[in-house]
Amino acid sequence: MTITGTTYVPSLPVVLSLAHREIVRFFRQRTRVFGALGQPIIFWLLFSEGFKSQTLDYAFFFPGTLAMIVLFSAIFATISIIEDRNEGFLQGVLVAPVTRWSMVLGKVLGGSLIAWLQAMLFLLLGWATIKSVDPSLLEAAQASLLLMVMSIALTALGFVLAWRNDSTQGYHAMMSMLLFPMWLLAIFPVETGSVVGWLVRLNPLAYGVVGLRHALESGAPTNLVFVGPAVAWSVSVGFAVVMLAAAVAVSATRTKGDFR
Amino acid sequence: MTLVACREYNASSPFFKHRRFVTNPAVAIANVTHRYGERVALDALSLSIDAGEIFTLLGPNGSGKTTLFRLLSTLMPIGEGEITMAGHSVRHEPANVRSQLGVVFQSPSVDKQLTVLENLTHHARLYGLGGSAMRSRVMELLDQVGLLARARDYVSTLSGGQRRRVELAKGLLHRPSILILDEPSTGLDPGARNDLWTYLFKLRQEQSMTIVVTTHLLEEADRASRIGILHQGKLVALDTPSALRSSIGGDLVTIRATNATHLAERLTSKFDFTPAIVDGAIRLELDGGLRAIEPLLEQFGDEIESVTVGKPTLEDVFIARTGHRFFVEPVIANGIKKKKRGH
Repeated sequence: MTITGTTYVPSLPVVLSLAHREIVRFFRQRTRVFGALGQPIIFWLLFSEGFKSQTLDYAFFFPGTLAMIVLFSAIFATISIIEDRNEGFLQGVLVAPVTRWSMVLGKVLGGSLIAWLQAMLFLLLGWATIKSVDPSLLEAAQASLLLMVMSIALTALGFVLAWRNDSTQGYHAMMSMLLFPMWLLAIFPVETGSVVGWLVRLNPLAYGVVGLRHALESGAPTNLVFVGPAVAWSVSVGFAVVMLAAAVAVSATRTKGDFR
Repeated sequence: MTLVACREYNASSPFFKHRRFVTNPAVAIANVTHRYGERVALDALSLSIDAGEIFTLLGPNGSGKTTLFRLLSTLMPIGEGEITMAGHSVRHEPANVRSQLGVVFQSPSVDKQLTVLENLTHHARLYGLGGSAMRSRVMELLDQVGLLARARDYVSTLSGGQRRRVELAKGLLHRPSILILDEPSTGLDPGARNDLWTYLFKLRQEQSMTIVVTTHLLEEADRASRIGILHQGKLVALDTPSALRSSIGGDLVTIRATNATHLAERLTSKFDFTPAIVDGAIRLELDGGLRAIEPLLEQFGDEIESVTVGKPTLEDVFIARTGHRFFVEPVIANGIKKKKRGH
């Protein structure tokens, strides 16, 4: 038999088109633009003020806040997959001659660019307001690149969680039970030997935050002190690759929500 | 100018090379069975639809037509059996089928936060269109569906009928050889419904497109070149609307009586009738219309509450083939199905 089943349309325009749509939709939802950046900044102010007595300052919470911005906007970006499904847009994509991976890549690229842009804005804000956040151009470039890798990993993770969820409520539950603790475990100082210490070691986001600390020289690492830049980068890139693969794999499964 | 652009596009893209073939039948469904858990939605269904036909799949809710639509649209994987569309197997060559297939869903698939133009542009890219060929094609379709003036408006500001036209334009962007529509008249007023059908006829005439429409509206099914009537996952009738109607016989007489069963028995013994009781009323197929019921009225006048004489409708065809009214509760239908299957 001839392999004619592979006449899918070229993937790159599909990926770019879907990503473009994500970004256009994001900027049309004004509240989302403010919410995704506003909330982490408030958290940053409150955490930094609250932990001042513990000698943890604005600089210490800066990389963690970057991670939070990326995490939160990645999550909100992937909630759109549930909306796409419920509003019917997704069914049109599912019956088009496009490969599943190009659909996944389009969604993830769009979502992670949104997350990354917001992180970049916050990076500028930190650089302008905090004296000890003063990266060289090379360090800033490293941090931006790492933030992009983290954005892709977290958006892909969001995609995996969102794909089989038919309601945004279910997704919110997942967010409080899994994603929020994941973020807390990435920023707080913990003893290495404890159970929580081991959880930190298993938390890929923690490596991203350590990588940002190295790149920005912002707040000495208090967890994963033994992790150097090389390990932090490898784990982050590995996290992104694994999550992308998982997103492509999960997108091949169909849910009841496809049939409405 | 559009034509030139398209030809250029065809030449450069391997994606469109399959389009020139006209295959007959356009849709071949062979022995397709589909189950949701234990419930059988499609029961060894076979059907073929010719190229250039407007075919309606008529059935009440729960008859299996939505399931069949999902299989045809490639949204749902085929369980048992085979479906071939435009010469390609839906199971083995979904991408080829998809490139030949325009799908208009019942539930909206447009993005309300985007403009009409943006919706069509994004959709065109999903089908491998791009550049100036894509832009002129989008404009051409907007013109055809009468939405050129609304191109830059958000879909959320359009009326239901206009949104449906955007859906239709989306389905036609890539010049499919087969167009399938799921309950396209839902939420449309009679005027818009008429416009839609006029446009469908035009598509068939000018582009010899094969069009498959699912519907639960009898008057809509009547417009098609052929009708397939689905009941409990099986095809119970398949023919042109007029042939289906004439299969019933001359006229259809419906008698409501104080005791229908009793009267039916006596009609059978007294006259040479084979009455059926549907929904508490006696149904008879008769030739000769009003004159034919005169002796009947003379004999049983006091017991009869009302008599209706009419030309058979598609609903009568449905009743004749299934013994059910058209609008049966789907739950009841499924219950019967389950019992028959034994589990």
